[in-house]
Amino acid sequence: MASYSTNEFRGGLKIMLDSDPYVIVENEFVKPGKGQAFNRVRVRNLKTGRVVEKTFKSGESVEAADVHETRLQYLYNDGELWYFMDPESYEQLSADAAAMGETVSWIKEQDMCNVTLWNGSPLNVDPPNFVVLAVTETDPGLKGDTSGGGGKPATLETGAVVRVPLFVQTGELIKVDTRSGEYVARAKDG
Amino acid sequence: MLKARAYLLGRIREFFAAAGVMEVETPIASRAAASDPALNSLRTRWSGAEAGPQTLYLQTSPELPMKRLLAAGSGPIFQICKVFRDGERGSLHHPEFSLLEWYRPGLGYRALMTEVAELVRHALDRPELAVRRISYRELFRTHLGLDPMHADVATLRQAADGLPGCRDLDLDRDGWLDLLLTHRIEPALARDRLTFVYDYPPSQATLARIRRDAEPVAERFELYLGGMELANGFQELTDPGEQRRRFDADLQARSARGLDRLPLDEAFLTALEAGMPEAAGVALGLDRLLMVATGSTHIDQTLAFPVERA
Repeated sequence: MASYSTNEFRGGLKIMLDSDPYVIVENEFVKPGKGQAFNRVRVRNLKTGRVVEKTFKSGESVEAADVHETRLQYLYNDGELWYFMDPESYEQLSADAAAMGETVSWIKEQDMCNVTLWNGSPLNVDPPNFVVLAVTETDPGLKGDTSGGGGKPATLETGAVVRVPLFVQTGELIKVDTRSGEYVARAKDG
Repeated sequence: MLKARAYLLGRIREFFAAAGVMEVETPIASRAAASDPALNSLRTRWSGAEAGPQTLYLQTSPELPMKRLLAAGSGPIFQICKVFRDGERGSLHHPEFSLLEWYRPGLGYRALMTEVAELVRHALDRPELAVRRISYRELFRTHLGLDPMHADVATLRQAADGLPGCRDLDLDRDGWLDLLLTHRIEPALARDRLTFVYDYPPSQATLARIRRDAEPVAERFELYLGGMELANGFQELTDPGEQRRRFDADLQARSARGLDRLPLDEAFLTALEAGMPEAAGVALGLDRLLMVATGSTHIDQTLAFPVERA
């Protein structure tokens, strides 16, 4: 099993702690003038997202987490799992609801997603930063209002609800920033 | 920043010129390595040695050759030099850093503390900077309500209980003391004040003389400015027999930790045997002092080029 010495610690390194995969957010080397050196780190649990602090004796080794990122294409959802495909190897992988999180409200079939794999299984699925989705339901806007001020809720084809300007109509395509969940612009084409 | 460094170096040299302390230089690369198990020397190779290529170790401090000069009758000396410590990297650590080290034959370590405070005030142009002196024992009593000379590992572990992510550490007594010092006490030290911590547990003497009182203590001090450690000083050990025992204990500790066996500085031991005058000495991290002078939060801000871009 691969491992890392505390000397190799840096932000972004993936390690195993208490049987869970973590990513190092911040690493600080602490050493009294003469004596025991420590690495004081802040780590994020890749399953729960929770950030905790942990101190290691410098020189200790920690098991590496077999975590890496890849781009996979979303295929379909069978009601329980979401299926993805590696576009190069055609290998298929499934992600559960915990790995999908809020991503389910943003993606459509064929979308390319950044997927974090842990021991070969999806641990976390991120949607593309921008998606184009059809508005399936929104109140009719006031005629002639193009200011975009105020806004109204709109339900999208994936089920997500975003605030859109008053001029956006049911059936139109819009571009959304999935990181903030905010409307960006009207789109011509999916 | 370059100007601030040049100015700081000028102030320091000015201080020692006025105090009658002579500037010296000693070798950076040496056949002997630091024995301290907490330090790791960088090494390099000298291909010109008569007996064939030889490993040379980059100094972790100029302490031993400077003591050889004291033994040779140099009188009071100071040195500004680069020192190297492998594996040390962080916001207060850089594997290569600038050290100011000086020795005062005939002076006690308590008197040296006074001179250190004067130097720092002079170098920073801050004559008003407040000074507090507190023994290591009193420091732990005040901040943590425990006696660092006698508390057992269980008590020390208990005192660290409130610290997140420290429960599983496997440390010896000194390791727990170091943890409590770095994680609990240092952040609580008064900002913008010089704090001298003195009289350490004998187990943390390194090269300081041990005073055999009813409660033996190592005649060692550390200087903090705010929560940042700036300097470490000793009433220097001058007894060659005791020195050799400590080196041997270091080597044993190193081999117990699976570290390399390293060549000791025999020339230094010979100099001690010939007789080194009683002296107090101190080493002060110049990059950190420059951090204070310039309000920097990371040591890299004080360097022309940090190691990753060197």
